[in-house]
Amino acid sequence: MPDTVTFKIKRQDSESSKSYWETFVIPYIPNSNVISCLMDIQANPENSKGEQVTPVVWECNCLEEVCGSCTMVINGKVRQSCSALVDQLEKPITLEPMSKFPVVRDLAVDRSRMFAALKKVKAWVTADGYHDLGPGDRLPPNHQEVAYKLSECMTCGCCVEACPQYNLENNFVGAAAISQSRLFNMHPTAKNIADERLDTLMQEGGIADCGNAQNCVEACPKSIPLTESIAEMGRQVSGKLWRNIFKA
Amino acid sequence: MSKQRVIVIGGGLAGLAATMKMAELGMSVLLISFQPVKRSHSVCAQGGINGAVNIKGEGDSPDIHFYDTVKGGDFLAHQPLCKDMCHHAPYIINLMDRLGVTFNRTAEGNLDFRRFGGTLYHRTAFAGATTGQQLLYALDEQVRHYEVQGLVEKMEWHEYLGAVLNNDGRCVGAVIHNLRSGEIRSEKGDAVILATGGPGMVYGRSTNSMVCTGTATTSAYLQGAKYGNGEFIQIHPSAIPGRDKLRLMSESARGEGGRVWVPRKAGDARTPKQIPEKERFYFLEERYPLFGNLVPRDVGAREIYDICVNDGLGVNGEMKVYLDLTHHTREFLDKRLGGILEIYEKFTGVDPREEPMEIFPAVHYSMGGIWTDYTRTEEGLIDHQSPQNQMTSITGLYAAGEADYQYHGGNRLGANSLLSCIYTGLMMSPGVVNYVNNVPEAAEDVPENVYTEASKNWQNKYSEIKKMSGNENPYALHRELAEQMISNVLIVRENSKLEATLDKIDEFEARWQNIKCVDTTDWSNPVPSFVNQLWNMIQLSKIIAKGALLRDEFRGSHYKPEFDLNQPGDFKPETYLEFEEQKTAGQLNESAFAPAHLDYMKRFSANNKKWLKTTIATYKAGTSGSAGGPEISYEEVDESLIAPRPRKYD
Repeated sequence: MPDTVTFKIKRQDSESSKSYWETFVIPYIPNSNVISCLMDIQANPENSKGEQVTPVVWECNCLEEVCGSCTMVINGKVRQSCSALVDQLEKPITLEPMSKFPVVRDLAVDRSRMFAALKKVKAWVTADGYHDLGPGDRLPPNHQEVAYKLSECMTCGCCVEACPQYNLENNFVGAAAISQSRLFNMHPTAKNIADERLDTLMQEGGIADCGNAQNCVEACPKSIPLTESIAEMGRQVSGKLWRNIFKA
Repeated sequence: MSKQRVIVIGGGLAGLAATMKMAELGMSVLLISFQPVKRSHSVCAQGGINGAVNIKGEGDSPDIHFYDTVKGGDFLAHQPLCKDMCHHAPYIINLMDRLGVTFNRTAEGNLDFRRFGGTLYHRTAFAGATTGQQLLYALDEQVRHYEVQGLVEKMEWHEYLGAVLNNDGRCVGAVIHNLRSGEIRSEKGDAVILATGGPGMVYGRSTNSMVCTGTATTSAYLQGAKYGNGEFIQIHPSAIPGRDKLRLMSESARGEGGRVWVPRKAGDARTPKQIPEKERFYFLEERYPLFGNLVPRDVGAREIYDICVNDGLGVNGEMKVYLDLTHHTREFLDKRLGGILEIYEKFTGVDPREEPMEIFPAVHYSMGGIWTDYTRTEEGLIDHQSPQNQMTSITGLYAAGEADYQYHGGNRLGANSLLSCIYTGLMMSPGVVNYVNNVPEAAEDVPENVYTEASKNWQNKYSEIKKMSGNENPYALHRELAEQMISNVLIVRENSKLEATLDKIDEFEARWQNIKCVDTTDWSNPVPSFVNQLWNMIQLSKIIAKGALLRDEFRGSHYKPEFDLNQPGDFKPETYLEFEEQKTAGQLNESAFAPAHLDYMKRFSANNKKWLKTTIATYKAGTSGSAGGPEISYEEVDESLIAPRPRKYD
């Protein structure tokens, strides 16, 4: 058993400042994950040179890979830091913020673009009201199995971090939002505005921006079939294009 | 439309349900959250949401659900609220289905229901094993839709610091801290709702998320709001040990047939699969033949403690037992419990479909919370138009969800929390809107200096915090506080230890003054916030520990062996109803009861008379130098609908 674990962390003090690497050597404790180590650094924020520094800033909340908050790049791979177990990682462990979003500070980034994309694709059910309107539609179990999987998306950012097409300069909505449009286009009432979602996906930043690299599906921590979703939405968009042509 | 608006603090199920319902009623809402609301702690709820829809034709009904809930809470819950909640539960499940929640289905396509603790009915609707996440997402989507329509404004990455009170002590807004820029300012609101969840972080490692510090409700308490039943902290029987957090292993694992056992031989070194069936002790099934593995959580946690500590039968001699699902097929398990089994596998490296899981009890939920009011109808339901519903003892300041105190009594039943969160958010909204429409003075017209002074007060506090240059690391101090609470204010409570803990908490409070603010920068700096939250956690730990010390009885999650009334094994709760009936009629025939039963019933009755009351903590400011603390008093509980009686689950 090693006595210590070394972390090389890419830090950045503010949105506009330059990034720098800082090394921390902390005592090895069995059953650690990256977050428990970041907590140890908080409780004793001393870098490898023995200098007292500010604790590393990162985002986290649930610590059980269901909120999506603590996504970062660990040893070059994007993933949640709560489920990154120290014993399974190569040492030294490098931590970097995701590169496809503006850095807020250290490992914390601003993912508001992903939430904005959910607005663009109208990822909601339009309800007549929240009063008692009786039960919803009966649906076969296999419908639920597909929808549930898609609905596990926690807007964590892994898929777009891994995507070669998604970057800080363009306005691609990304795999997560495309997959959400598939989820709502299969819902018995949300599909009433399916065409509006397709209109969005036909525009610039829509489905045509996907380069079919298929990195997204590999990176998804919830194994959501993102490439299937992209293919399905591609079919729906083509169908709508044809309908538009015949209407014209 | 007037310029009036409501401020909602917190974007979990309760906050989002209130936001969308008020928006539907035309009210503007400012929604404030530490983080994107989609990441709120409600996502951690796994097993499901209760509602007596009776899909399985078992004869389940809202009244039976009501009874199970009140009994589960050891009769400390306010009954009209529970009744109204249980009667609305089937509608809430239908509503969530309509809003797109991907609930599991039966072969015919109806919603599927499973069993949960504390009931004998299939009453729990579920979406795999991430039901809380799925419910939260559906509400998040509704609120996003209102955001696009302009009725809801979201301020994420902001923290609530305190209520803005006008000269009459009425809440007219909130002081808000921008967690990125560090700016502290007041926001005007004609009412403020605290939907800020529970306080698990007081115990350091719990099943709660990192934001669950209880800081907002504690802030309200420090401003004069009453806090109810603080000592009632639920310990969940099954969690996965972890250094950073104790991850929940849902009760649904037992609802789907999971069996809890330990080796019959202490210190048995064999792997679980090497231990033959007859050498396994299924202690819950043996001790509770009727409810088995689905006893309520307080009972389950105590039994695990008993088997591990008193009988020394824990796995490898530790505080751990097996939770075994290996008799099910992989396909069945993946469809119904997939999410939680994946979590177990990811964090332990063991496949729970092949090997029994090792689980242990962990802090999970606070039945107590900020005191809130309600208006009941003659039938014992709730008048949904009343502005008093969910209002704290500060006029205009409301609370909802885990932040409040009155739905779960001394112990919450599994899958009732998602229900109570959504229910409170929806139920309170018409009343809050009525309140806002009738305020004597709109927030817009409140003198500006009320807001600037409130902001200034908090700006000063934070700049004082940033100047702290002692030698205590706030995160390390927090670990010590948590250790105290875990060691002494958990499943088994003893007065001598509780007294010592209160002294310890005073020491922590003194040491807090000597903190070093380890980051004093201005941009996106979480440290000053944490230092303030730690102060509030220290105050809250006093409420919990003092309430526990003073409550000399055993009720629900609050177990003091010294005051256990020791129910005779052959006693039937109905006997007590007969006893009470005879007593009320003035015709008590003592010889009709077995002497041991009679003795027990007399003690039970006397104990209820003294302790079947809500604990109220009120903040009393300290005199020079000391920080002050809670004064404890007791309030009557509305128990008019179901007569209190001894609980029994075997």
